[in-house]
Amino acid sequence: MTGAPTPSPVGEETIVRFLRGTRLHHDRVRDQWVIQAPERAFIADPIAAEILRLVDGTRPVSAIIDTLAERFAAPRPVIAQDVLEMIASLTERQVLTA
Amino acid sequence: MTIAPAPPAPVQPPMSLLAELTHRCPLQCPYCSNPLALDGREGELGTDDWRRVLEQAAELGVLQVHFSGGEPMARRDLPELVRHAASLGLYSNLITSGVLLTEATLAQLAEAGLDHVQLSFQDVDTAPAETMGGMPGAQAKKLAAARLIVAEGMPLTTNFVIHRGNVGRIGRMLDLAVELGARRAEIAHTQYYGWGLVNRAALMPSRAQLEDATRAVEDARTRLAGTLAIDYVTPDYYADQPKPCMGGWGRRFVNISPTGHVLPCHAAETITGVPIPDIRTDSLAAIWADAPLFRLFRGTDWMPEPCRGCDLREQDWGGCRCQALALLGDAAATDPVCTRSPDHARISKILADLPETPPPLVYRRYGNAPG
Repeated sequence: MTGAPTPSPVGEETIVRFLRGTRLHHDRVRDQWVIQAPERAFIADPIAAEILRLVDGTRPVSAIIDTLAERFAAPRPVIAQDVLEMIASLTERQVLTA
Repeated sequence: MTIAPAPPAPVQPPMSLLAELTHRCPLQCPYCSNPLALDGREGELGTDDWRRVLEQAAELGVLQVHFSGGEPMARRDLPELVRHAASLGLYSNLITSGVLLTEATLAQLAEAGLDHVQLSFQDVDTAPAETMGGMPGAQAKKLAAARLIVAEGMPLTTNFVIHRGNVGRIGRMLDLAVELGARRAEIAHTQYYGWGLVNRAALMPSRAQLEDATRAVEDARTRLAGTLAIDYVTPDYYADQPKPCMGGWGRRFVNISPTGHVLPCHAAETITGVPIPDIRTDSLAAIWADAPLFRLFRGTDWMPEPCRGCDLREQDWGGCRCQALALLGDAAATDPVCTRSPDHARISKILADLPETPPPLVYRRYGNAPG
C-alpha cells in the first residue's frame, strides 16, 4: 500500500495527443491494434484501441467519453471511469501527453 | 479411416527487422557487434534491393525497422529508405553514432518520416570516449547531434556500451542523457561476440564492478523516474541463466547484412554447415519460413539436455547459439553461461583468469581481425 492514489492530471477537459514517436497502428497481418513506440511495440487491447482511435489532438476527453457511451449504449459514468483510467495509464507510460 | 498427422505449427512472422545498411563506420569501437569479416562497400545491396526488402518485411508482418550499420548515415540513400519504410507503415528507428549527422541531414530524415533515433556514446568523458571509439573529435559531434535531434522534436534514446574502463561512470552517463533531453537511455554491457570476444580480457568488468553498475542503474531509476526510462543489459557471463537471445531463434527478429544475407541474429554468419540465405535470390517470407538456417534452432525440438527437460526452455530458448559456438565449438549445445550447462566451469575459469591489467585493444577496422 502506498496510501491515497495520486490524483490523475487527466480530466474530462484535457486534450490528449500521441507523444512524438508513438502511434496507434493496425497490424493487418495479425489483425490487431498495436501501439508503436521507441524500440518497442505493444498490443492495444480492444478497449484501448477504441479510445486511441479517437485521440486526434483536438478532442477533449469528454468528447471521447460521449462518443464511446453512445457507440456502446453504456452508462456514461462507467465509460468515463474506463476512459480516464486508460488515458492516465497511457500518459504515465509516455504514449499520450496532455 | 485414416488419421492425418497434425499439421506443423504455423511459423509466426517476425516483429522487427534489423537492416544493417553498411559496415562502413568512422568509428572503430573494439566491442562492435559487426562480424570480424566486415563487408566492403562494393558488395552492398543497392537502394532498389533495400526498397524491396522493406516491402517484403511489411508484407510479412514486420512492425519496426531499425536502420543500423556500421554507420547507416554513410549511405546517401538513407532518407529515401526511411521515406519508403514510412509509406509502408513501418516504424523506423535510426541507430547511429551521430558523427555524420548535421541539421540538414536530420531535417531530411524527419521530413521523410523517421520515428526515433538511438544515438551511441562511448563514454561521458571525452578522452576515454575517443580512445574507445578511435575517432578524435567524435564526442563533440555526438553532443551536437543529440542537441539537434532534441531541438527537432525527435524522440531520442542514448546508448552507452559498458566495459571495465567506463563502468564507474554510469550515474554521470545517465545525468548526461537527461541533460541532453533524451527520453530513454540504454546502459548495455558489452556482449562478447566477434570484436567484443576478441577484446574480452580488455573489456570484461569484475563481478564487483558489475554489482556497482547494477546499483548505479537502480539508483538512477529511482532518481529519474518519470524523466528517463532506462534499459539495462548485463553481461551474461555473470548470470545464472542465459539470456533469451533475440527472443528465441527465428521467432521475433530478422537481420539483413549489408550484402543481403538474411540472419536470425547479427552474429549468425559464424554458424557453418548450413547455407546462408540471401535476399537477392529468395524472398524474405520463404527464407523466414523455410531456410535451413532459420529452422535449425527454432522452437525447442533441437534442444539437447539439460535444455530439453528444463522448465525454462520457452523462457530463455536455450540461450545464445552463437555463444555456444564461440565458446564450445558447438552451436547446438546449451549456452555455457547457464549454471545447468555441463560446460559452465569454462565460464567460471574465463572470469577467474581475467588479467589485472587489460591487454591492448584490437580496434574494429577492415583487415584488423586476428587470425
